[in-house]
Amino acid sequence: MSEELYKQMAQCIIEGESEVAIELAKKSIELNMHPLETITKGFVVGVNYIGDQFGAGEAFLPELVMAGEAMKAAVAVLEPELLKLGEAREMMGRVVLATVEGDIHEIGKTLVGTMLSASGFEVVDLGVDQSAEKIIGKALEIDAHIIGMSALLTTTMVRQREVIEELDKEGLRPRIKVMVGGAPITRAWVEKIKADGYSEDAVGAVKIAKELVGKADQ
Amino acid sequence: MQPKLLLLDDNLIARILDEAYQLLLKPGIKVNNDEARELLAAAGAQIDPETNVAHIPEQIVRKALATAPREFYLYDLDGNPTVKYGGDAVHFDPGSSGIAMLNPETLEHETTETAHLLKLIKVAEQLPQYDAQSTAVVCHDVPQTIQDSYRLYLALMYSKKPIVTGAFTNKTVIEMIDMLSILAGGKEAAREKPRAIFDVCPAPPLIWSNFGAGNLIELARAGIPAEIVSVPLSGAAAPVTMLGTVTQHTAECLAGITIHQLAKAGSPVVWGGAACIFDMKKGATPMGSVETAMLDCSYAQVAKSLGMPTHAYLGSSDSKLVDAQAGLESGVTAMIGALSGINMISGSGMLDFLSCHSAEKLVIDAEGIAMAQRMLEGVKVLTETLATEFYDKNINFKGGDFLKQRVTMNLFRKEQHMPSNVIDRDSMRDWKKAGSLDTFERAKIMVTNLLASYKRPELDPSKEQLLHAFMLDLCKKAGVESLPVLEEFEPA
Ligand code: B12
Repeated sequence: MSEELYKQMAQCIIEGESEVAIELAKKSIELNMHPLETITKGFVVGVNYIGDQFGAGEAFLPELVMAGEAMKAAVAVLEPELLKLGEAREMMGRVVLATVEGDIHEIGKTLVGTMLSASGFEVVDLGVDQSAEKIIGKALEIDAHIIGMSALLTTTMVRQREVIEELDKEGLRPRIKVMVGGAPITRAWVEKIKADGYSEDAVGAVKIAKELVGKADQ
Repeated sequence: MQPKLLLLDDNLIARILDEAYQLLLKPGIKVNNDEARELLAAAGAQIDPETNVAHIPEQIVRKALATAPREFYLYDLDGNPTVKYGGDAVHFDPGSSGIAMLNPETLEHETTETAHLLKLIKVAEQLPQYDAQSTAVVCHDVPQTIQDSYRLYLALMYSKKPIVTGAFTNKTVIEMIDMLSILAGGKEAAREKPRAIFDVCPAPPLIWSNFGAGNLIELARAGIPAEIVSVPLSGAAAPVTMLGTVTQHTAECLAGITIHQLAKAGSPVVWGGAACIFDMKKGATPMGSVETAMLDCSYAQVAKSLGMPTHAYLGSSDSKLVDAQAGLESGVTAMIGALSGINMISGSGMLDFLSCHSAEKLVIDAEGIAMAQRMLEGVKVLTETLATEFYDKNINFKGGDFLKQRVTMNLFRKEQHMPSNVIDRDSMRDWKKAGSLDTFERAKIMVTNLLASYKRPELDPSKEQLLHAFMLDLCKKAGVESLPVLEEFEPA
């Protein structure tokens, strides 16, 4: 019985059907299924499948993003149940994401955010044109594990360094890890500003983030 | 007859405009600039103070469209009007704001410095296919805060042509306008005969950022031409359909023109863009795709229906090398742009999603542009009869005979474009004898020759020193005591 349901759960994620995901999540509660198992044996299977397909060039961004949305919808139904049981889904980590001050390029950062949340990270996306103060403030507020910063202009890249310097000054690293990205960002720049990680795309960003929270194998 | 490519019929254009006007009201345009919101509110737009969203009624926009100039010119160093914005005039300029340049020997994408930009300027200066220069790459050997203005300084120092440029902040746009004034001999003169035009971007979907709207207002007040570069990315930052994307593009342009004309009615402004689809496999912005060119052709038709001057980003490639992909994407899209009658087509020379420039690609692209320009000349009627007069009574039905006709000698240049040495039409034997070179190798030779034949234009010595002093001052304010040393120029 639950095997069949797990299959349907994976399938609705693959098809990006948020409504169906919510229905199935509710059904699992009615059937007294364990919410954590529902997530890991059902919904997550679908997310992983689409992720692999995307990596192999067989699935495309809309499918990936819709799968992420459906996953979010399912988890939103199940999370309160988990809490009732005094459990929590093991979260990969908390991330504050922003495009740096003076820069309004949004799409790459948003894509990174979508992938991170689909992979189990809790993401607070502050948006574009964000000052060091706001980024660090938010990171402290939510006790973030990672700050992710996007910069698409050679003239705004420096802001990434400013945030890192500020964090160092306050002694907040290595508690908070920093990863950076954007078209002009190179390995040399990353080394120069002593960021903890960088990636040229969203799939790589997830890999780096997992490494940074010590969960590279998950 | 200038041949023309049309993708939309009148009915569709009317529907696009109608829905764009609807979008301006609902959901409206997010305007993150205080002054722009005040201008819009004063004109009668409803502003939501919580969200900064402006709901802009059609009549305000219509009024702005009525005051926006239908045509204007950019002028070269000597004051000649060499670039016409308006009608179906077609010009090309190299792509702008790259951050890397292809090293033709190592094939690495090098971080760009002064020497790279100068190389691009010198090459483009001598290729007649480029009616304007661009501020092609940023120079990483100057402080970050002056990287945008320093590009314009170099273009002004090393070129006679009009310049397509852009500022990265509200502060630098003012500095850059000042630079134009120095060389023109005053603000009034800079406005009378503008040398440069500034790209200004709305942010998709339907946002005029503080930065973008601020620059529009600054440029309008200075009377320096602004080029609206709306970049809807179909499926990511705009509707997935072409018509949906063009409609959003229309709304973003209309809102921009309105803010611009409210700041100063009558200032020159261009309906432009770098519309692009979003690649669903790689999450990239494929500037060389055919859909990108189709979007541009479509929005140009919308602009023309309103009589507005036009611009687009075409003629670039997403390839990392100057290879077959680069050739076909650049050539095909340049041709589509030309056939769309777009006034300024930016993008030549660029690779890797507008990140990387190449001097070799510039000379190859110039040949693609030449083909497009020949196409635009169309099929001409050059003789009284079309053919009969070519056959006199002494005809002996031999193939080579037409070479003996004076009319052949007189007219072949009118009919045929003479390609540069980049294009190979050798016999196999001659091609081998010349070293069996491919296009890229031939382009390298041409670049070397162009660099050798380049001569810096003569600028008024006092103005040139003033311009330098101004730039040096900006550099010092940015915390660095000196500018990179320039060849062929002695600071006083
Ligand atoms: C779309 C675009 C815009 C849009 C942005 C729309 C939006 N809502 O985001 C608009 C029109 C607003 C825009 C504006 C401008 N732009 Co722009 N823009 C681009 C363009 C064409 C594509 C960017 C993009 O969205 N790519 C697709 C996404 C998915 O890729 P991505 O951003 O690189 O993100 C990926 C990776 O980098 C990485 N990543 C990104 N962020 C992060 C963060 C972390 C933590 C990690 C790990 C990874 C990561 O993963 C992402 C997903 O794969 C680039 C060209 C390019 N080659 O990048 C120019 C480009 C970046 N822009 C450029 C310029 C010059 C400008 C303007 C200054 C133009 C002007 N004169 O007004 C303004 C800037 C205004 C400002 N102050 O910010 C230049 C930059 C030049 C320079 N010296 O730095 C470029 C290179 C183009 C060019 N040659 O002119 N732009």
